[in-house]
Amino acid sequence: MSDNITNSELLRFTTAGSVDDGKSTLIGRLLYDSKSIYQDQYDAVVTASEKRGEDVNLALLTDGLKSEREQGITIDVAYRYFSTPKRKFIIADTPGHTQYTRNMVTGASTANVALVLIDARNGIVEQTRRHAIISSLLQIPHLVVCINKMDLVDYSEERFNEIQEEFEKFAAKLDVNDVHFIPISALKGDNVVNRSQNTNWYDGPTLMYYLENVHIASDHNFIDVRFPVQFVIRPYNDEYHDYRGYAGRMAGGTIKVGDDVMLLPSGFNSKVQKIMGPDGEQNEAFPPQSVTILLEDDYDLSRGDMIVRTNNQPEISQDIEIMVCWFDNNKPIQPRGKYMIMHTTKTARCVVKEVRYKLDINTLHRDEDENTINMNDIGRVVLRTTSPLFSDAYRKNRITGSVILIDEGTNNTVGAGMIL
Amino acid sequence: MDYHINHLKELEAESIFIMREVASQFENPVLMFSGGKDSILMVHLAHKAFFPARIPFPLLHVDTGHNFPETIKFRDELVERLGAKLIVGSVQEAIDNGTVTEEKGINASRNGLQTAALLEALEKGKYDAALGGARRDEEKARAKERFFSHRDEFGQWDPKNQRPELWNLFNGKHHMGEHFRVFPISNWTELDVWQYLAMEEVPLPSLYFAHTRPVFEREGVLLADSDFIMKKDTENVFDEMVRCRTIGDMTCTGVAKSTAKTVEEIIQEIATTRVTERGGRTDDKRSETSMEDRKKQGYF
Repeated sequence: MSDNITNSELLRFTTAGSVDDGKSTLIGRLLYDSKSIYQDQYDAVVTASEKRGEDVNLALLTDGLKSEREQGITIDVAYRYFSTPKRKFIIADTPGHTQYTRNMVTGASTANVALVLIDARNGIVEQTRRHAIISSLLQIPHLVVCINKMDLVDYSEERFNEIQEEFEKFAAKLDVNDVHFIPISALKGDNVVNRSQNTNWYDGPTLMYYLENVHIASDHNFIDVRFPVQFVIRPYNDEYHDYRGYAGRMAGGTIKVGDDVMLLPSGFNSKVQKIMGPDGEQNEAFPPQSVTILLEDDYDLSRGDMIVRTNNQPEISQDIEIMVCWFDNNKPIQPRGKYMIMHTTKTARCVVKEVRYKLDINTLHRDEDENTINMNDIGRVVLRTTSPLFSDAYRKNRITGSVILIDEGTNNTVGAGMIL
Repeated sequence: MDYHINHLKELEAESIFIMREVASQFENPVLMFSGGKDSILMVHLAHKAFFPARIPFPLLHVDTGHNFPETIKFRDELVERLGAKLIVGSVQEAIDNGTVTEEKGINASRNGLQTAALLEALEKGKYDAALGGARRDEEKARAKERFFSHRDEFGQWDPKNQRPELWNLFNGKHHMGEHFRVFPISNWTELDVWQYLAMEEVPLPSLYFAHTRPVFEREGVLLADSDFIMKKDTENVFDEMVRCRTIGDMTCTGVAKSTAKTVEEIIQEIATTRVTERGGRTDDKRSETSMEDRKKQGYF
């Protein structure tokens, strides 16, 4: 096996936007230039476009559902894949309109990078702000702003700078640390994969170079040990008679054989006896590995419990405050309403104690007089759970800081929350 | 210490997480096994997810009766080696019972009938979760699938009303009679699967490697000759060095000219090919949205 396979990392990024801002063209170009579109897929798109009397429409590659193809819009999150020798990429391609905020939030929840597209002619519009605000709320670690259609503004450095300044002014209010600006033309290919001859004033990376090299190794939390127990492995056979392994995925920190650990909720102390990975015993485990941990002592520990470091504990509380994005099209979040809540591997019930405010996702304005959170709205609410959660602030850890709310009648996922 | 794992190990960790989630959230899961490389990968990952315990769910094979003989042999050996439990759902039985009617004519395929046999087997076993090896890169309707995909009491998929999936929180709550399809390898591409199978040195059926067999051509696709397919007079059978990129029912699985005899050679071939692996599947070509249509009815 060659080295570049064994060293290649996985990067997830999200895009959002409408038909006109060139998003599909850009994705089409990334896929096409990395040779990830196959001939038969391309032929099928050509045939389907002809049937509709259109020029070749690359959006038909990602818009796979009948209703999306009929209406010419992206309704759902579409996942696309491409890879280069350095990295494998997963694109979560989401629609950009207000009525699809929930899809944008979904796509953003696992992304390392948010790709924000701006039409150089129009500059920053409502949709740009919304996408940036959602990226910041969902704590996507890196933001890359592509100022597109540079060919239509004569590759003007002045125009590029103007938009960059405007964006930076607005982004100062947001919680984003790493922002990058790139002048591109998705249609002509400028600075997408190849360096443009038309933007000699720009000495930054191309989009592809950026995606291949942005530092994502520290996107996980490697400081605070959090191991939510997912499943208990008990083989009950002669060879492994007393085996009791706690299976789960590392949610934070690094853990070694011999480490002192504390078990939650019991508060008992123990030591890591063994760590089993997919390839057998390993000495250390860290996110995002799935492992099985064996402890030196025989305590009662089951799904929903957590292994942490003795001197570094999460919040242990039945009261949490979250920023919630509401998904339910039947009814708004109900004050005093009861929901099921999923947090790491734990499921409990909760009651909505208070809706503090609704957030205007175009302006960041907090409307404290408005406590109706409808589908696609984002707001701050206070919850009380039936049993304590072991949580961290979402800013500190996206895994131990996130929850979903489930309607007890329909079983649908009706809300996604980020713990404050 | 460099805290970084490569993309194959990250995909592996994700898939193992999903499988353990299924074992935790469902009463009676089953793993759909077709004998193809994706379901072989699934079994391999399930073995790792629960080691040293046995895989905590049986394998379900929906047998169209039109399988490549190599597939059945490989399936039985794998089950034996892992000590897994195998359940076979039979399309022939469904035809004999009158649950379904066999298609007629030269393009007749039992692929569509699999849905009825699958749903029957799921109902009979009272399974509340069926794990499948479908991947999002395979087909545009599958690109919209969730990891945990809800099915109503008729086994139908409602693509416009899917539960959102965020972070690694998977909602498997369901009412009696409903079930879930779960796709742990959603994020793998064909190339990832092959690179991983190579890295892990997983044994594979001989059909995937180049071999000489009698074939004939139909609408630009090479099909393996067999008694299950009715041929037109103009369709001549000839010997060709071929391999399967996917393995399904013999009536609808195209074979591709190839000289790739090892996994490394297959990876080389895939890295340079310009046709998707389902490009040889005539069942996908029946209409522009034929996969979506079949999935809505309960196809996997």
